[in-house]
Amino acid sequence: MTMATIMRTATITMLDYEFMRNAFAAAGIAAVVSGLVGYFLVLRGQTFAGHALSHIGFAGATGAVLLGVASVWGLVGFTIAAGIGMGLLGERLSGRDVAIGVVLSLALGFGLLFLHYYTAFATQATALLFGNVLAVDRSTIATLVVLAAITVLGLALIMRPLIFATLQPELAEAKGIPLRLVSTVFLVIVALAVSQSAQIVGVLLVFALMVGPPATAQRLTTGLWSGMLVSAGIALAEAWFGLTIAYHTDWPVSFCIAMLSALGYFLTRGNLVPRRKARP
Amino acid sequence: MNVIELDHTSIAIGGRDVLIDTSFAIQQGEFIGLLGPNGAGKTTLMRAILGLLPPRAGSLRVFGRPPRRGDPQIGYLPQVRTVLPDLQVSGFDFIASSVHGERWGLPSLTAADRQAIETTLASVGATDLARRSLSDMSGGERQRLLLAQALLGDPKLLLLDEPLISLDYRYQEAVIDLVRRFARERNITVLFSAHELNQLIGALDRVLYLGNGRAALGTVDEVATAPVLSQLYGTEIEVVRANGHIFVLSRGGDVERSAHGHDHGHDHAHGHHHHA
Repeated sequence: MTMATIMRTATITMLDYEFMRNAFAAAGIAAVVSGLVGYFLVLRGQTFAGHALSHIGFAGATGAVLLGVASVWGLVGFTIAAGIGMGLLGERLSGRDVAIGVVLSLALGFGLLFLHYYTAFATQATALLFGNVLAVDRSTIATLVVLAAITVLGLALIMRPLIFATLQPELAEAKGIPLRLVSTVFLVIVALAVSQSAQIVGVLLVFALMVGPPATAQRLTTGLWSGMLVSAGIALAEAWFGLTIAYHTDWPVSFCIAMLSALGYFLTRGNLVPRRKARP
Repeated sequence: MNVIELDHTSIAIGGRDVLIDTSFAIQQGEFIGLLGPNGAGKTTLMRAILGLLPPRAGSLRVFGRPPRRGDPQIGYLPQVRTVLPDLQVSGFDFIASSVHGERWGLPSLTAADRQAIETTLASVGATDLARRSLSDMSGGERQRLLLAQALLGDPKLLLLDEPLISLDYRYQEAVIDLVRRFARERNITVLFSAHELNQLIGALDRVLYLGNGRAALGTVDEVATAPVLSQLYGTEIEVVRANGHIFVLSRGGDVERSAHGHDHGHDHAHGHHHHA
């Protein structure tokens, strides 16, 4: 057998499995959403908020499991509530990294407590923390499709004032943009995206899809539309390529995606892409 | 017609009065230099004119009616410019974000919008900034971009809050000339806040000094006098004139330079104190 035939056979075999097809679909949906939403998260310098939301989501997910509800609804509920809270606190929260840090640990601690009372402790914990995309079933994909549609529609609805408020908050305020409303709606959108991303790579690695690709995209282009599209494209490529690597190596999927995400970022971060220096 | 009219107006921020029972009027087409010590309320006055801060007492009228947020007749260059240092966005997209930025939905520009942006950029000599990334621009270049933005959309009133900060002296002159010419051609009223009176003397019609809860509006000769400024600064002020320049001194030190000298050369993005 030649190398090419081996490759072809391998690819066909991979997509012959239903769990792999499901994984590709789920990872694809979550990656595109994360790439789009993450672009604004990075633009706004709010990546820490995304991190906070995912940790808080962990407590929600484990709590939901304890109550016998699907973990994704716990994630969605908790992250949205936290997103609204953070949005309403607004300025008062910014710069209070210590306070966020304390709330983060508390949320993770609660997550641990809920797991403690749940019997299938270890598997569940690993799945929530690091993702379990290979176990995604059709109903989860249906849920992801609905969440993704809501997220993208919401983002499209607020995109124009969001960009204005992000780039020039003082002027946007003067022009009558309701800054707090825009910021709160955006954090709800982030909460939804985090919930989807966590289904694929787990709450601890949402950054792999939500921050790595947009940060890479920002290194490659300075246009807003091109930035968004490149970010979504990179996230999708990393998710699918990560799945493929995982299939062939038997390494955890989340590790492969996280590795590609870091690789993409550091490749563009270096001097490989020439950039103009600021003039004095 | 009076573009800005204060009638026994008091304006307070955070429980502190920055203007008490003040009355003055600014006419269409006037170029007003806005001066005064730090914290005198220059920015606060602009925010009140923008409709972001209702007066505590008295009346404030802009274009003959109470100020309303988002008035398209007002072009604004804010002082606290939170430009994220690592913002990888082109100058064009940065400016374009303000065009109909208040509408919901996806951003889109008409050919006319694009044309207007290009024309305004050209008018401030910033055409080359359109394609550059904000993170690669110097403070002066960002300032030029913001000035272009304030001029966009045919404003009738320009509120320029410290537009000279982080510009070198040569370019400061150019900005003043540019605003002056632009405003005169279109009969635009300008409120131009600055740290130093001297640079503006050639351009301004009248000067508005704020301080100590009071305001003095008049020609330079009327306002830049020892008695008037002593009252506004709340300390004994000496005014020295030499070669057409005016130096405002307090106990032998130059008030304007010593109070504001630390601003020059500072990168504005890194937490500048702001005038409250």
